[in-house]
Amino acid sequence: MTVHPHHRDAIAIAAAIRSGQTSARQVVTAALSQIAEQDSTFNCFTAVLADSALATADQIDQQLGRGQDPGPLAGVPFAVKNLFDIEGIPTLAGSKIRQTAPPARQDATAVTRLKQAGAILLGALNMDEFAYGFVTENSHYGPTRNPHDPARVAGGSSGGSAAAVAAGLVPFSLGSDTNGSIRVPASLCGIWGLKPTYGRLSRAGAFLFAGSFDHIGPFSRSVRDLALSFDLMQGTDSRDPVASDRPGDTTLPQLERGIDGLKIALADDYFARGAEPAVFTAVAQVAQALGVSQFIRIPQAATARAAAFVITAAEGANLHLADLKTRPHDYDPATRDRFLAGALIPALWVQQAQRFRAWYRQQVQALWEEVDVIITPTTPCSAPLIGQETMPIDGQEVLTRPNLGLYTQPISFIGLPALSAPVPASQSGGLPVGVQLIAAPYREGSLLRVAAFLEAQGICAAPLPQRIP
Amino acid sequence: MSMAEAEGSLVAYVDQMAELIGLPLDTEYRAGVIANFERIQGIAALVMEFPLPPEIEAAPVFHP
Repeated sequence: MTVHPHHRDAIAIAAAIRSGQTSARQVVTAALSQIAEQDSTFNCFTAVLADSALATADQIDQQLGRGQDPGPLAGVPFAVKNLFDIEGIPTLAGSKIRQTAPPARQDATAVTRLKQAGAILLGALNMDEFAYGFVTENSHYGPTRNPHDPARVAGGSSGGSAAAVAAGLVPFSLGSDTNGSIRVPASLCGIWGLKPTYGRLSRAGAFLFAGSFDHIGPFSRSVRDLALSFDLMQGTDSRDPVASDRPGDTTLPQLERGIDGLKIALADDYFARGAEPAVFTAVAQVAQALGVSQFIRIPQAATARAAAFVITAAEGANLHLADLKTRPHDYDPATRDRFLAGALIPALWVQQAQRFRAWYRQQVQALWEEVDVIITPTTPCSAPLIGQETMPIDGQEVLTRPNLGLYTQPISFIGLPALSAPVPASQSGGLPVGVQLIAAPYREGSLLRVAAFLEAQGICAAPLPQRIP
Repeated sequence: MSMAEAEGSLVAYVDQMAELIGLPLDTEYRAGVIANFERIQGIAALVMEFPLPPEIEAAPVFHP
């Protein structure tokens, strides 16, 4: 029997391989043939590592045949945003500029840890150039298309990572999130996405964008896959200066604990306006399922978003200054003018934004004495059309691209762990949308417990798009 | 300062700052850079007008 990767989550695939129902080679072969068949539509992959994946699959099958344990993800395919180093190929970070970069000499730490757990890397995934965007309409590699409607964007900047999971090409993937780049595409593609606490997962070997806010994290179609992959990637790392020295937290066994004892509230004010009605309906469905009616206010969220914007622009421009001076024409027009403008920002604005960040962290810290988890929308809308410049919000036409990060930016700004939970389309032909769950630093376990509850209740789920057989 | 003067001073700042740091602004995208800088300025104003107590230090902390 063949286990189609798109029919099962990672944990089920690993179990099927371990029990001998199928083999790692069969699983990887099926995934590769599905990528060959469908990726011309979705445009998720910028590199497919068929030979090395099949060779690794054979090694895993041999290990299992000898009675050895290749790890909890033995034989499970995955793929990563193309800003993660993959030994032997250049790390594109969505750019043309880095096509001529030397091949990476080692895998990114997160990739290494997943491989050590038996997972098999199938390839690298499309993204906004240098992670500066929320749509993955990349002028060099083409737009990634939303599996629920290929006329629509997948979100970004980790658009290939979200779409590959949503389409069932891989059961889980990795992305990065600076201002919302995991949570936004997870919302628009209708899957689970976790941005852990700042510093919780090593970014070593992941091409930076704005180091003050850069995070990495997983996408999946089940909560247990999100928890397991998060657990496996934790650990200190001297290669990342912000990697946490705290002991890891095993979240997978916590999922069965339910939500008893967790205080949950809805964010009001800033987070209760500026979205399409369907988004607030999804938030209300989640709140109702959790029995939540309490509201809490995150103060100065608009200022937090503004400060995140300024710091991101300045840090991104600083990182790219040499290329901005010598080869600006090689940048994606969608990012170039923003990078160039960021290079001109007065230091005063950046310093004030970093001081505001400390003030805001203090204010939000006080909220965790009252609640454990805060609920907000993830995005103000479901997936916009490819090329859509503006969208109507509260009767006003606003720019689509920057507004997709409306609710995510004030959260990553202070490194809080946040998860996008998918609420499937309420009717046939509709689109999914995400609800954002936020917790105190290092409380990913609380987020995952709430997510598991919502999944068990059938409120949140990541079903495959109807058009996929 | 009138709107036109403010706009003129922003454009002058962009051109002079770019020159100061040795960043060529091609005519093809100079207008796009000015538009983006104007947007950043508007956003930064939100941060700059927020009163912060003097004891608040910047968030990044250096460990020697």
